[in-house]
Amino acid sequence: MKKITIDPITRLEGHGKITIFLNDDGSVANTYLQIPELRGFEKFSEGRPAEDMPQITQRICGVCPEAHHMAATKALDELFHVEPTSTAKKLRELLYSAFFVTDHTTHFYILAAPDFVMGPDAPPAERNILGVIAKVGLELGGAVINTRKQNHWIIQTVGGRPIHPCFGLPGGVSRAINEEERAKIEEIAKQSVEFGKLSLKVFDDVVLKNKAYLDMVLSDTFTQKSYNMGLVDKNNKVNFYDGKVRVVGPDGKEFCKYAPREYLEHIAERVEPWTYLKFPYLKKVGWKGFVDGKDSGVYRATPLSRLNAADGMATPLAQEEYERMYSTLGGKPANFTLATHWARLVELLYAAERLLELSRDPEITSPDIRNIPTATPDEGVGIVEAPRGTLTHHYITDEKGVIKKCNLIVGTTNNHAPLFMSIKKAAEDLIKPGVKITEGLLNRIEMAWRPYDPCMSCATHALPGQLPLEVTIYDAQGNEVKKLSQGIS
Amino acid sequence: MAKLKIALYWGASCGGCEIATLAIHEKILKLAEVADIVFWPVGMDFKYSDVENMADNSVDVCLFNGAIRNEENEHMAKLLRAKSKIMIAYGSCAYEGCIPGLSNFYNRQMTFERAYIETPSTENPGKIFPQTKVKVPEGELELPELYDTVKTLAQTVDVDYFVPGCPPEEKTTWLALEALITGKLPPKGTVISHSIKAVCDECPRKKEEKKIKKFYRPYEIIPEPEKCLLEQGLLCYGIATRGGCGALCPQANMPCTGCYGPVEGVIDQGAHFLSALSSIIDSNDPEEIQRIIDDIPDPAGTFYRYSLPDSLLRRARIK
Amino acid sequence: MDNFEPKIVAFCCNWCSYAGADLAGTSRMQYSPNIRIIRVMCSGRVNPLFVLKALSIGADGVLVLGCHPGDCHYIEGNYKTLRRIPLLKKMLKQLGVEEERVRLEWVSASEGAKFAEVTNSFTQDIKNLGPSSSGHLKQSSKEVKHG
Repeated sequence: MKKITIDPITRLEGHGKITIFLNDDGSVANTYLQIPELRGFEKFSEGRPAEDMPQITQRICGVCPEAHHMAATKALDELFHVEPTSTAKKLRELLYSAFFVTDHTTHFYILAAPDFVMGPDAPPAERNILGVIAKVGLELGGAVINTRKQNHWIIQTVGGRPIHPCFGLPGGVSRAINEEERAKIEEIAKQSVEFGKLSLKVFDDVVLKNKAYLDMVLSDTFTQKSYNMGLVDKNNKVNFYDGKVRVVGPDGKEFCKYAPREYLEHIAERVEPWTYLKFPYLKKVGWKGFVDGKDSGVYRATPLSRLNAADGMATPLAQEEYERMYSTLGGKPANFTLATHWARLVELLYAAERLLELSRDPEITSPDIRNIPTATPDEGVGIVEAPRGTLTHHYITDEKGVIKKCNLIVGTTNNHAPLFMSIKKAAEDLIKPGVKITEGLLNRIEMAWRPYDPCMSCATHALPGQLPLEVTIYDAQGNEVKKLSQGIS
Repeated sequence: MAKLKIALYWGASCGGCEIATLAIHEKILKLAEVADIVFWPVGMDFKYSDVENMADNSVDVCLFNGAIRNEENEHMAKLLRAKSKIMIAYGSCAYEGCIPGLSNFYNRQMTFERAYIETPSTENPGKIFPQTKVKVPEGELELPELYDTVKTLAQTVDVDYFVPGCPPEEKTTWLALEALITGKLPPKGTVISHSIKAVCDECPRKKEEKKIKKFYRPYEIIPEPEKCLLEQGLLCYGIATRGGCGALCPQANMPCTGCYGPVEGVIDQGAHFLSALSSIIDSNDPEEIQRIIDDIPDPAGTFYRYSLPDSLLRRARIK
Repeated sequence: MDNFEPKIVAFCCNWCSYAGADLAGTSRMQYSPNIRIIRVMCSGRVNPLFVLKALSIGADGVLVLGCHPGDCHYIEGNYKTLRRIPLLKKMLKQLGVEEERVRLEWVSASEGAKFAEVTNSFTQDIKNLGPSSSGHLKQSSKEVKHG
């Protein structure tokens, strides 16, 4: 069988490759997404002091270290049976909100926007952030850079370091903020809210008012009817830092809602021999293969899933946008993969509004940031929303707080099966017998996985903005018949 | 003057060094004036075959981050070494192994068993492990082999310079890039940082006398804001860690964990810290000494947090 | 292994244990030929790095011999050793090196018999443990330069 290999795929954290097998008539027989690496955190955490876990596990990802740091810190709270102080919780959520602003900004403008601003079939050399800035203006480009820079300042001030923070402890955080810092954070938050509103307007002008794009968003090729997972607060509103995990079916009905410590009753992971990454699925539905629908245990954990799984947003401007999005998409749940980009911007606005709320909280500069644990540690689970999905950390320790067992289900891992399915569907729908395989077509296959923002978003200033793809078609004897490439000079 | 050709690549890494490279913010424009990026999987459209087609020594400098953990990492390290005039081990993973290096306490079999069989959420009744070659109905798929032992870049290829840190702070990164841009490079083998001394030299906390009767875990005490953290009984690694980072962690009230690697001239960072730490234990009574040592729950993991693959013993021996 | 002859490195301090070894020799006491003695001025000179280096180049066991507590020629040196060796052993255990492969003993200048007894019994203990698997470097290998 003819084989097309895309190796490596790029603009995601870590390594990956796609293999497309073609039937003799040129249609797609099957498509495989392989993740070729494993570092082994679940094993080498054994023997480490539990309080080191926020700093050890955050080296799973250098783009979203704050997510691991936070999930680990929350697992420690439970492990040591200690409640963080009220100010500590707020400081944690404040840092977390700033983090979401930077991360979602990076993904939307550098990775996603080029496809829509320049168009999927635009020449690869223009389909990048520089093209975007040229088209929409330097002012917007400057706002993107400035928003990221300022929010990274917040992360360093509250968390200790700009990359790989060090402030999480069971029962609190290591450092309080003073009034001068608080005032600057409030200013940055106000600017970030404006930036959030602006970004949604950009999406409106560029995508929603363009019929071809709107059709693409609503098309069957980019639709997947899977379960949706996200963290919700006690009012069932989206919350990134704390709450219960809620799963809503493709039909919109709540399927389950669980506290972190109950996660094992609901999630199982499957192993395939051709990839190092596992495939989580809903235990109570069961694994039925790489298919969607109510009877398949495959679920998605993305910004869109979070909005689908919740009843609304907890801040007013984001709530308005939430309502507008669903009325445009025809109601809840929205199963359109490309709409994830829109959901991401609604979340960006929410994160900025939440940052502003917390920066104005009277308790936020209090020096009361630590409760000292006194109980013997045993077991703890911490769950937060990473920008690209629900993140679960589970630790068991001995009585001295040294890790005996560690289990991690990481944001993008949740989406491993859905990623596979989205790529496969796009390949099957777009590569048909007789259809010419062009760069634009290859890019449209990429557009199927890009909304998931697979963990590595890259804050470069000089991205050409598209997947380097080299398609080599071999005949049955293994001789090269044709070679196509995009983005390769 | 011809632009510098720069390649950037990642082995077993977290991506933090990629972000760190970009944390130079506006200075990247200065870099773009004098350099062209010819390979950067995280953000550019060049493929492995493009590197293979490059002439040897046609790349001026390769910034390699990440440790060497599998077949693919090793292959790319060797390939890029052949194509590049200068090879820089950028970041702690490439320099000393860093966090992925902790896997050297175990081996591949143990790691696989944990990940694919023992973890409580895994359902794998067939006890399937990932394989380097797998037959599927349509044909064959390949995966790179995962090694038992994590290695540093210098244990794999000849390295010209080292940039320490997990990740390197902005000023350390710029120090290296500026040297490349101006051509004012230090002697081969240099670890590029603003400091050859320990972090203590940069740390604003007051240092008096170090005599420890008890070591504390960070969650057990709220440290005084001005006083040396080690003197308060926290395992602050600053005394055995190279400076250049600005002592950020102690200023956030957390002990240094050693991410900038050993001080100038030290070949085993863990042994160095062990020696210094035990010297300041305030007791001459064997039983009391033992009690004080019992407060350190994980000596090997704490002292070799970032440097296990680069240590003298390299890895734990497993029976 | 019946014919396993351990390689043992013994760091002996100049003023006490090295003199004690001399005494064992001049008194014609039989002691293990497996011992390679390295004389240091004080047991406090023994950096844990030396022990690790010995193990990494193939030593099966390491002895550190010093003056009795209170008798150190440099007053405090052996107290530092007393603090370092237990922590080193705890760390080595985590690295798969049995704690019994490293031993700290006090041997004075007049204790020739003790020197012989310690070295003989340690050699036997190492024989029982078997060869160490930590050796991986050539003795003369240059460490990877870090500047």
